[in-house]
Amino acid sequence: MANISLQGVKKSFKNSVVIKGLDLVINKGEFFTFVGPSGCGKSTLLNMIAGLEDVTDGNIYFDDILVNNLTPRERDVAMVFQSYALYPHMTVYENIAFPLRMKKVGRQTIDRDVNRVAQLLGLADLLDRKPKELSGGQRQRVALGRAIIRKPKVFLMDEPLSNLDARLRIDMRTELKRLHQELRITTVYVTHDQEEAMSLSDRIAVIYQGEIQQCGSSYDIYTKPENTFVGGFIGIPPMNFMHGTVAGTNPFRMEVNGLILSPQVGRLPSRSRVIAGVRPEDITVSYNKMEESLEVIVRIIEPAGSYNWVDVEWNTMRVKGKASVISSLSAGRKAFMKIPVGKMLIFDADSGERL
Amino acid sequence: MCGDYEYCLYKPSEQGQANMRRAGFYILLLLVCIYCAGPLIWQFITSLKPDSELTKIPPLFTGSPTMIHYLSIFKGHPFLRIILNSAVVASSTTLFSLMIGSLCAFGLAKLRIRYKALILGFILSVSMFPPIATVSPLYIIIRALDLRDTWWALIITYTTFSLPLSVWILTNFFKEIPDEIYLSSRVDGCTPFQAFYRIILPLSAPAFLTTAILVFIFSWNEFLFALTFTSTTASRTIPVAVALFPGLHEIPWGDIAAASIIVTIPLVVLVFVFQRRITEGLTSGAVKG
Amino acid sequence: MKREGGNRFVLPALALLSVITIYPILYVIYLSAHRKLLIFNISRFIGFENYQFLLRDDRFWNALKNTFYFTGVSVSLEVFLGLCIAILLNRPFRGKGLARAVMLIPWAIPTVVSARMWEWMYNTDFGLLNYLLGIKINWLGSPFWALNAAIFMDVWKTTPFVAILLIAGLQVIPGELYQAARVDGAGSWQIFRKITMPLLRPAILIVLLFRTLDAFRVFDAIYVLTGGGPANTTETLSVYAYKVLFQTLQFGYGSTLSVVVFLCVGIMSIVYINLLSRDRRI
Repeated sequence: MANISLQGVKKSFKNSVVIKGLDLVINKGEFFTFVGPSGCGKSTLLNMIAGLEDVTDGNIYFDDILVNNLTPRERDVAMVFQSYALYPHMTVYENIAFPLRMKKVGRQTIDRDVNRVAQLLGLADLLDRKPKELSGGQRQRVALGRAIIRKPKVFLMDEPLSNLDARLRIDMRTELKRLHQELRITTVYVTHDQEEAMSLSDRIAVIYQGEIQQCGSSYDIYTKPENTFVGGFIGIPPMNFMHGTVAGTNPFRMEVNGLILSPQVGRLPSRSRVIAGVRPEDITVSYNKMEESLEVIVRIIEPAGSYNWVDVEWNTMRVKGKASVISSLSAGRKAFMKIPVGKMLIFDADSGERL
Repeated sequence: MCGDYEYCLYKPSEQGQANMRRAGFYILLLLVCIYCAGPLIWQFITSLKPDSELTKIPPLFTGSPTMIHYLSIFKGHPFLRIILNSAVVASSTTLFSLMIGSLCAFGLAKLRIRYKALILGFILSVSMFPPIATVSPLYIIIRALDLRDTWWALIITYTTFSLPLSVWILTNFFKEIPDEIYLSSRVDGCTPFQAFYRIILPLSAPAFLTTAILVFIFSWNEFLFALTFTSTTASRTIPVAVALFPGLHEIPWGDIAAASIIVTIPLVVLVFVFQRRITEGLTSGAVKG
Repeated sequence: MKREGGNRFVLPALALLSVITIYPILYVIYLSAHRKLLIFNISRFIGFENYQFLLRDDRFWNALKNTFYFTGVSVSLEVFLGLCIAILLNRPFRGKGLARAVMLIPWAIPTVVSARMWEWMYNTDFGLLNYLLGIKINWLGSPFWALNAAIFMDVWKTTPFVAILLIAGLQVIPGELYQAARVDGAGSWQIFRKITMPLLRPAILIVLLFRTLDAFRVFDAIYVLTGGGPANTTETLSVYAYKVLFQTLQFGYGSTLSVVVFLCVGIMSIVYINLLSRDRRI
């Protein structure tokens, strides 16, 4: 178990800067996730921590030891790739045993450890098979087995669940969480699926365009996003963003789509344009008029099981909200929407930062 | 049916014509096959004719086939030694070419090297060198090193000139092995070389086979360097022997025919067994990009 | 991964290539500026004299002419015939593997062996060719016919190989394109011109590149079939250079000829690669 410290880490390829001066501390035993859209640089970050990519500038420390020039083996990391990267010509047993063979561990120890890991991951019956005979989920577990058998200091995972189908993905998520709770190895996880990040991690770093947009627990990131990117990226369905203008500064008042509101803000915006963000799950849409509700026209209804997501049109602005299943809403007809000002997050329209 | 070029050009109403076309196709195929194999078959027939019939007109099949020419080339000339020379040189060349070529290909396909494109370009450009341009200085060097008329002179030369082929085929193949398998082995504790022989090599048997066949054929058939560097049967290879077949008064066509057949038998066998691999190797990268 | 040591893997190949190809090329250029008779240990620097001599050397111009003629006719025939065969044979059929094997035979046989085979078939009195055609031409002894006979043998040897390569190129073209064109009302010839040929162009260019270079460098076939005769009518550059080097032992002038061959091949390669890279943005 090691803690990882990144100081001023920068990475550029030829002329383009992929990672811009990053500082971060990942704690011992923590499950830490880098989440962000494709191309934001998260895989590159992971490769730098692994030792598969050189750092252009800055330092990486494992437990206060500078690891910049160490090979992956010397850093004692284990890695699971998106495609699992199992050795096609070896059996499951040999795949899992491979890291120990490279360490020149004795045959009996290898045998004992491989069987133990196989038991842990439910692979005991598959030890003689070759990767091409396995299903996606089984291959993934073999990749996990190969990674944990070494009891590494750091566990790295690059979108390991992305190649699985939806149901399996959810099951494996729980498996990973269970493994982490049992083994307590420092884990650095990379994904573009924010739901996955939220459910698995102790802490999340949202990465965009090579920079950390925000770093914190799932709860903090969800309830207190620091800018419009994080607000819009985390949460399904995405946050509603409504443009408005400042109507008064003391106390703070803003005008949105013809409505005047007085939400709480930490500071004042630099200019007069603001963005109000509200999550769809906080907006209620109903057939009946409610206290302080607004008149809207229903456009699209998306059933989601025990409730419906409803796209409505409010004075030409489109907003998504939540409605109960029993409500008698239909597309094209009138309805009512309630937006709780207390749950509103106000962002500066120019900088995107939360106020 | 319509992955098929010809058939896609027909409207359904033309199917009757299509059948005629099919017959025409097979006739054309037969003609092409006769064109390709004909001369060899003729040579085979020639090798079975006794000397008296060689000069008979019309020069067709023989009524009394004989093996005398086949015996003669082994008794009269040290043909066995010549075959041995070719076999040793070709096998050694193949071995070295695979070893050196695969290491180079692995580096180019998987490792971080500067000027990769330049290196690959250089190696490929060597395949365009005219051998005649290098033959004179190489002859001087070989003479100075006292390697004239030895196997080594040919082995070293052939290995070098076969490298573009080996490196090209193997680099393309290694590139198709997912990078993550290599990276995974590095994380699991392999040095690049361990990754090479524990992971990459076992997965590369087909490509090695294809490369080996093509390098072997190249080496077996090479003439200019063999002609220049060998002077006696100590190291003379088959192409040179066949070209310089000694004839006192007249050219011994029967013997030459027999020698030709013996020499081409292994090649024909190779071609029939491995025709698919050979085609894949020859077209790899070149045609598909 | 700084310490990957990738260079170590590439080094043996590069070292071997440098010693056996780069160094000799440099040495040849050096030799070409000398007058060097091998056995007699005569070696004298004479600068460009060899090149000046070359320009006035009729035999050189003759060899150059023969080489260009051989290359031009040979490659045109091979590619044209190969293309026809490829198009006509491009369909799945039973025994495709067998057919391909038979078509590879001319390629697989050593050039030397096929030269002797054809030499026998070209024999004036007892050869198969004269018998089948019912005439009595001295193919290899006639100044007019000899070079053409050599060309025909080269065409025999490489046309099937060209066909195989082009078939592979044709098979990369998706069948749906033909279907779509047919639906759009295109006729066979239009399909060939507008779809097949443009998509086959890169493969044809590559085939042209390798065949042109190979034909220009021709040695085995000529040396064995005719030895350069009769009266130097089949003497190509490589054969001439070889004779100067190893029959007259003039390593200086022979090197000059070699350098000229190298330059010609180099220029042709550059031209072709330029054409290719415009096609494929290499």
